[in-house]
Amino acid sequence: MTVLDVKDVVVDYKVSGRPTVHAVAGVSLQVGAGEIVGLVGESGCGKSSLGKAIVGLEKLASGSVTLDGHPVASLGRGARPVRDRGLQMIFQDPYSSLNPRRRIWRQIADGLPSEGDGSPVATAGRSARRAAVNELLDAVGLPAAAGDRYPHEFSGGQRQRIAIARALAARPSVIVADEPVSALDASTRAQVSNLIVQIARERGMGVLFISHDLSGVRHMADRVAVMYLGRIVETSPTEPLWSEPLHPYSDALVKAIPKLGLDAAAPVAPRGEVPDPASPPAGCRFHPRCPLAFDRCRTDDPALVAVEGARSAACWLQPAGGPARELALLEA
Amino acid sequence: MTSAPIIDPKIEPDGLPTAPNRWSIRVRVPRAWRRPLGIAGVSIIAFWVLIALLAPLIAPYGPLAQDSPRFLPPSPEHWMGTDGVGRDVLSRVMYGAQISLPIAVVLVVLSVIVGGVIGAIAGYAGGVVDSILMRVVDLFFAFPSIILAMAIAAALGPSLTNAVVAIVVVSWPSYARVTRSLVLSLRSSNYIAASRLLGTSSARALVREVVPNIAGPVLVLATLELGAAVLLLSGLSYLGLGAVPPTPEWGAMVSDGARTFSNWWVAVFPGLAIFSIVLAFNFLGDALRDGLDPRSSKSLSDAEI
Repeated sequence: MTVLDVKDVVVDYKVSGRPTVHAVAGVSLQVGAGEIVGLVGESGCGKSSLGKAIVGLEKLASGSVTLDGHPVASLGRGARPVRDRGLQMIFQDPYSSLNPRRRIWRQIADGLPSEGDGSPVATAGRSARRAAVNELLDAVGLPAAAGDRYPHEFSGGQRQRIAIARALAARPSVIVADEPVSALDASTRAQVSNLIVQIARERGMGVLFISHDLSGVRHMADRVAVMYLGRIVETSPTEPLWSEPLHPYSDALVKAIPKLGLDAAAPVAPRGEVPDPASPPAGCRFHPRCPLAFDRCRTDDPALVAVEGARSAACWLQPAGGPARELALLEA
Repeated sequence: MTSAPIIDPKIEPDGLPTAPNRWSIRVRVPRAWRRPLGIAGVSIIAFWVLIALLAPLIAPYGPLAQDSPRFLPPSPEHWMGTDGVGRDVLSRVMYGAQISLPIAVVLVVLSVIVGGVIGAIAGYAGGVVDSILMRVVDLFFAFPSIILAMAIAAALGPSLTNAVVAIVVVSWPSYARVTRSLVLSLRSSNYIAASRLLGTSSARALVREVVPNIAGPVLVLATLELGAAVLLLSGLSYLGLGAVPPTPEWGAMVSDGARTFSNWWVAVFPGLAIFSIVLAFNFLGDALRDGLDPRSSKSLSDAEI
């Protein structure tokens, strides 16, 4: 069941005197209840812009975001409509996402439904709100006493768990997690990503997990969308993406992951650099870096089409409706 | 207290003890007060506050009583001598504290409110609103403040109230500028974004998320400006645009004394009063600034008493 439906979203950054940058150039994706969707890609490919646009922190140039069938508006001056609060975000840097001057419990309590918003499940009264916060802290594995403290008393991993508790306060149906673990060290990273998975499963909450760390995504995501230069080039259930990528860019990303073992192949960096998103290449956006590019790729832009089963790709090598072609064979 | 099975309630995974530390904010302020300059400042201010409060009890004469001979030099009866109409200078200096201190505080509070609100709106709204408000601020900065204050006070007529209005008009822009730059640096922070996503309106986020973060620096500026406010008020009174005779205002008393320069005690003692209180506010402001700034507080901890 689709909870979050993102359709043809375009995000523009306009700077006077320079060409408009389409940071996100027409992206569609869905997140179901309790589903964890990984969104991966190199730095600067528009992942974070897409995440911000979905929750409403960035204005959409075109396209739509719907949550449970209702369109989500981007943030204005006033309070966010209660319906839209089902869409929350966890930020990359846990040091800047908590207010250093407010007690933890107050920051979490901000998200609790209150009578003022006309919410049907209001938590009224200081003690009831405090109790609700304690429950949330417990859910992320922190003691209730943490609520009385200030953010600087916590480590990065603890802060990120507090940020998760705060997002949960609004009873979200989908959380956009923008690189929530990339600022943490390896041991805490696993803790926090496991916590996100556990909460998503327990509460039937969808998660859009934005990351540049493919191995991390592989452990948690049900489905992965690969993004390149403002477009999604492949979506696939997690495992087949590793065993048999459909798009040459996914293939390059997978090959770039270091592997363990004596006979493991050395990681291969994708060729070239990500082009300037202000002037994307004509035709397929990946063709200047693609080892398999042919004439058509230089002139025509491939659309994201269903290839086989639940897998889609935007590549002229993959015929719509399948059968999928193995990239390894084509290269040979 | 409930707890997830893997978590020890006493020690968290990162090894941080969980005992609530409610005093973390409050221990930082005393650190500033422990610095020698801070102590000197606080002591002098406390001294003057006491004088102001106790003036009716400890002043040997009434501030307006003209029952002594004119121009008596300092003596055991009149520690600071008497002025041109036979009033005791010591008593007048004591009563003067009752005027200068509260008015300085009122001045600064009003300026913080006006300047803070305008600066916060400019920084938070950005765009055209910001440009317009900041051009207005630039306009005020284009004039020397004492000249502008004089012009306004002269236009309104000499009285303490008008002097206060004139000083607020010239001193709010510096608060507006500081507040704006502080708000600007916080506006795009993630915790405000997170709070907005949870349903806080932008006006409420300004009050709830931004204000606590800028209160410290604005407080420091206000403390430093308290001295400037006393000085400006005395300056206007000296020029005859503030306190009206026979009010025992320090600036007006210096002005009286300056006309009879050979009787030095008439001007010197109120002058010393102004000097000490301005110096004290500057000491305290400096100490607060160093103490509240985490970058400098560490290196200065050696200087603590």
